[in-house]
Amino acid sequence: MQRLHSNIVRLPRVCRPAIARCNHTQASPQRNTLESEKKTTSFGYKTVPEDMKESLVRNVFDSVASRYDLMNDVTSMGVHRLWKDSFVSSLKPGKKGPLKCIDVAGGTGDIALRILDHAKDNYYDRETTVDVVDINAQMLKEGFKRFKLTMYHNTPQIAFHEANAQDLGSEKFSDNSYDLYTIAFGIRNCTSIPDVLKEAYRVLKPGGTFACLEFSKIENPVLSTLYDTYSFSAIPILGSIFAGDRESYQYLVESIRKFPPQPEFAQMIRDAGFSTGPNVDGGAWADMWGGIASVHKGVKL
Amino acid sequence: MLTRTICRRNLTLRAPSSTFTRAWGATTRLPIWTVEGSEAGPRARPMHTKPAYQGHIPLNWFENTLLAAGSAIMSLVDPRRGDMIAALGETTAGPSLSRLRDLMLESPEGRMILRERPRVNSETINMDELASYPEGSFGRAYVTWLERCGVTPDTREPVHYIDDPELAYVMQRYRECHDFYHCICNLPVNVESELALKYFEFANLGLPMTAIAALFGPLRLSEKRRSRLFSEYVPWALKCGGTAHSLITVYWERRWEQNVEDIKKELGIWDPPEARWSRPLIEAKALAERRRQASLSRSPSD
Repeated sequence: MQRLHSNIVRLPRVCRPAIARCNHTQASPQRNTLESEKKTTSFGYKTVPEDMKESLVRNVFDSVASRYDLMNDVTSMGVHRLWKDSFVSSLKPGKKGPLKCIDVAGGTGDIALRILDHAKDNYYDRETTVDVVDINAQMLKEGFKRFKLTMYHNTPQIAFHEANAQDLGSEKFSDNSYDLYTIAFGIRNCTSIPDVLKEAYRVLKPGGTFACLEFSKIENPVLSTLYDTYSFSAIPILGSIFAGDRESYQYLVESIRKFPPQPEFAQMIRDAGFSTGPNVDGGAWADMWGGIASVHKGVKL
Repeated sequence: MLTRTICRRNLTLRAPSSTFTRAWGATTRLPIWTVEGSEAGPRARPMHTKPAYQGHIPLNWFENTLLAAGSAIMSLVDPRRGDMIAALGETTAGPSLSRLRDLMLESPEGRMILRERPRVNSETINMDELASYPEGSFGRAYVTWLERCGVTPDTREPVHYIDDPELAYVMQRYRECHDFYHCICNLPVNVESELALKYFEFANLGLPMTAIAALFGPLRLSEKRRSRLFSEYVPWALKCGGTAHSLITVYWERRWEQNVEDIKKELGIWDPPEARWSRPLIEAKALAERRRQASLSRSPSD
């Protein structure tokens, strides 16, 4: 059900799920048990069957991939660079020796590049490696292209893999093999966050760090209202102007609202087996810009 | 006046602003965001707006201004972005669409259009049937024009940003009839002819978008073409467009058999200075003949 306008691919219309939500009582008892067995998840503010979310998200990122970096700059007015710089600096990759890092949902390579640069510039480290993993081949292609402009291209320091964060695969990503696992602005697009955390726990070595940079909840109501206005008014319009795709940016903005707030997400990290700081801002997580973005860290003991 | 009252349909769907509460009780203009169901699925939107038709994206004044500015710049930077040109037209329409709708209501033909809401696209226009009309008829002239310019009556960008469904239809009608205006004014689809037609449409219909295109479009022309545009085409366009009947009230699809010259006399249109066509008339006629043969040989098997 894709509509094609010239060469711009639009998000396919979601078939309205034939699944009743739990507060509908009109269905017959037989149908109710069948329906309750089919799991659903959120796709922005829509509710979709779980198995559909992955392909819907893939379509979103196929469509935004070529302008992803431009759109990040436009919609965040360049601030995402500050967040990513701060995120990577706080991790200090290379300080205690070369690291084996995995950057998940890292398609265009922003974090990977910063990790390698930080290790090189601050610790003269040219042995740290980063494996960039993304479910979307288009995003990986963009990342590969970007890395061609750097000195890391064709070196063992960088590698690109297409894989699902919820099931990385034990052949390529064995247990206890990485020192640092990063995921920046990607985890909210995954269908099942606990599965992603479980895989992260599996591939990290004991002593390894899990770090997640993600959009989060703002406590301050004034800032929150301003942010909501900007998100829902400006961002889809900027998406339609620059990328000719309003729906993908509407999804992106809605998916931020659906992500669990900081304490809840910190608990999910602990449930996966990680140890975190105390359940306050500054402990298990550190808010940036009032909570617009937040860094969650955990350690596998 | 009586006719107008009977035919006008009040289709605004905004809830009165007093029915929703604000977080801090005062009457401020800040939108309160809510998630509510609609035919397109749940969406976060200001509480007082809902989509009024398929594809409708309600915008508040801030979003409208932002999109108008952004689409204006983008249309200049990349004129191939048809969606941006469409968005510019819709966000800058303002009261002009109401005026056009009222003009339509004042004429019997216009009222018929508003009642039946015909659409112009490859499905509703049967090219083979039109080609079979007699020489000199509007239908034949239209097909010849399409062939000469190498275009089809393809689907134009649907209207998204007009709130009233009837005015949205008027906008859609204007967009889809653009090719008919080309045909009746005997203009091809190159840049200077498009601009001449934009001046004509501005004089005839008065849409702000046509004025914007007319003002900024010539910047992309070469010096020679620009001088020809302003010395020959623009005087024709403004004089002819200003005195002709409002073309939005013409029900083109019911005039296929009518003689083109009769239509032009009735509407008050005369030919512009000779334009630059991409394909000569003889070649277009040959193509049409070939197509007619092909459809004739096809029809026994259908």
